[in-house]
Amino acid sequence: MKLKQVVKTTTLAAAVSAMTALATPALAEVLIGSTLAITGRASFLGDPEAKTLAMLVDEINAAGGINGEPVRLIQYDDGGDPNKARTFATRLVEDDEVVAVIGGSTTGTTMAMVPIFEEAEVPFISLAGAVAIIDPVKKWVFKTPHTDRMACEKIFTDMQANGISKIGMISGTGGFGKSMRGQCMDVAGDFDIEIVADETYGPSDSDMTPQLTNIKNTDGIQAVVNPGFGQGPAIVTRNYRQLGIDLPLYQSHGVASKSFIELAGDAAEGVRLPAAALLVANNLAEDDPQKPVVMKYIEDYQTATGEPVSTFGGHAYDAFKMLAAAMETAGTTTDSAAIRYALENTSGFIGTAGVVNMSPDDHLGLDLSAFKMLEIRDGDWTIIE
Amino acid sequence: MSEFLQFVFSGLTVGAVYALVALGFTIIYNASSVVNFAQGEFVMLGGMATVFIFDAGVPIWGAAALAILLTATIGILLNKLAIEPARGASVVNLIIITIGASIFLRGLAQIVFDKQIHRFPAFSGDTPFNIAGATLLPQSIWVLFGAAAVFIGLYAFFTRTLMGKAVLATANNRLAARLVGINTNFIMALSFALSAAVGATAGVLVTPITLTSYDIGVMLALKGFAAAMLGGMGNPFGALVGGLLIGLIEATTAGYLSSDYKDAAAFIVILLTLFVMPQGLFGQKSMERV
Repeated sequence: MKLKQVVKTTTLAAAVSAMTALATPALAEVLIGSTLAITGRASFLGDPEAKTLAMLVDEINAAGGINGEPVRLIQYDDGGDPNKARTFATRLVEDDEVVAVIGGSTTGTTMAMVPIFEEAEVPFISLAGAVAIIDPVKKWVFKTPHTDRMACEKIFTDMQANGISKIGMISGTGGFGKSMRGQCMDVAGDFDIEIVADETYGPSDSDMTPQLTNIKNTDGIQAVVNPGFGQGPAIVTRNYRQLGIDLPLYQSHGVASKSFIELAGDAAEGVRLPAAALLVANNLAEDDPQKPVVMKYIEDYQTATGEPVSTFGGHAYDAFKMLAAAMETAGTTTDSAAIRYALENTSGFIGTAGVVNMSPDDHLGLDLSAFKMLEIRDGDWTIIE
Repeated sequence: MSEFLQFVFSGLTVGAVYALVALGFTIIYNASSVVNFAQGEFVMLGGMATVFIFDAGVPIWGAAALAILLTATIGILLNKLAIEPARGASVVNLIIITIGASIFLRGLAQIVFDKQIHRFPAFSGDTPFNIAGATLLPQSIWVLFGAAAVFIGLYAFFTRTLMGKAVLATANNRLAARLVGINTNFIMALSFALSAAVGATAGVLVTPITLTSYDIGVMLALKGFAAAMLGGMGNPFGALVGGLLIGLIEATTAGYLSSDYKDAAAFIVILLTLFVMPQGLFGQKSMERV
């Protein structure tokens, strides 16, 4: 009896010490923080982003981690609310003591968090769209998605090529639509484009025929641009066809997902939009440097989640891969300053959004060639150029 | 002229949905003096359930009927599990319970369905009718006739049937109603079921036009409430007229003024109603007997 107990205790002690020994290397794990809009109105952004990050962390840990250290992702859900995002940002910096942060699904949450990471000197890669995030350049802030300004430029380039000079705009009043509307107005002059009609709609509006009727009745109008995301653009597209407007309709990269085609149905035929290569992976030329990257991501994501990919998950993919690469280049997983420096000097990185070449003046590193001009034909994307 | 007609069509379509939501408010208000803020969620549930049942391979009519039935059941459960246990509470408390219920239903929809935007095909195609230069979708006509049919049905129910009168009696004085042999618990369950079914019908009719997602209920409830207040709380005819009026005001504001003020216009109307004639266009003057 007594002997048994002794044996038991010894085994237990041995087991405990073995576990402590095992646990020690875990202290050197790489802590990466993230707060995304996994639920709420912008969940169509945050949901695939979070799933992509989780998938990549598993993948990198299975391959031995970054510089031999396992990665642990600390994930928060801010629901797209800037207030919550700010709270989580503080928590990531002060309590979790992460080495870098990926996140901010929306421009609103990103901008709310920027001051915290700037002050704490933590590298921060945003997944949101607006140009304001990286212009002016902020030392610790980077982003992966194309900006709305680039989308405007891409659309206007296409219009110019088609001899269009007078256009109407119908924009969502949400953060994305509002910001892109401003950027389009800003750059329109550079392309000799005059905006002769300017209408808006609210994020939860369900009928835009009155606004479109006004656009339709504007003299000399040659095309219409609709900056916005969510259900708005789908309803605009349907109303557009209902009213029988024959002019070309341009959507933004905000609707670059299959669900837009499903929601807008036949009305989506002929709609043009700028989007990342991810959307048309199968139609990319064989020698396109992005092809192997996007094909792999699509396959991995679909195997891991059983859901089709969206460009939004691709933004998280680019952010994580770029961060991991920067840590490897810098040879450290703890020195924030060295990681930031490596991020800023990212060059020739091939992601789902395009080829990234960052510099101290450019914390995005993408140019217009990263966008493909697409047209919806027979319910699918076609590259036109 | 054609543009005015277009605004009218747009306003009537959207307004008919508000009217249906307002009618839903009317039923529960008539039975219990409670304003059920989960009314918008019934619209959402009707649309979302139809989408998912339809996708599972059930023909659209069957899917719509099942969705309405399902929503009515949820209405009954809402009454049984949330309203009935708090029967002794004041009306304000009950209203707050319905707000809680609406948040709960929205969360549930996120988990049971998903967070994406959905639609199902229109009942009679998407080819619009061209009337004097303005266009009208066949589905809009479905919505308008649907609202009219629900209104006539409810009007007849409240004025012509014993059951309808029992609902009104329950609202008027629960104790007295019980004394004359009305099963007030049954009446409450019935009014929640009816109200949920009306909301779900709105969801079914309008989803092909406006699309649906788990969070459309909040704005619909607010606009429907505005419509009910404008028409006079508790009056089905008022709900119908109020809904259509709000829809028309919104569409003409968006068309002639700016869509930025569209939502504001609807709520300014409410404030004006409350200030100038709190009983609404067709409501009875409330009197306090001393």
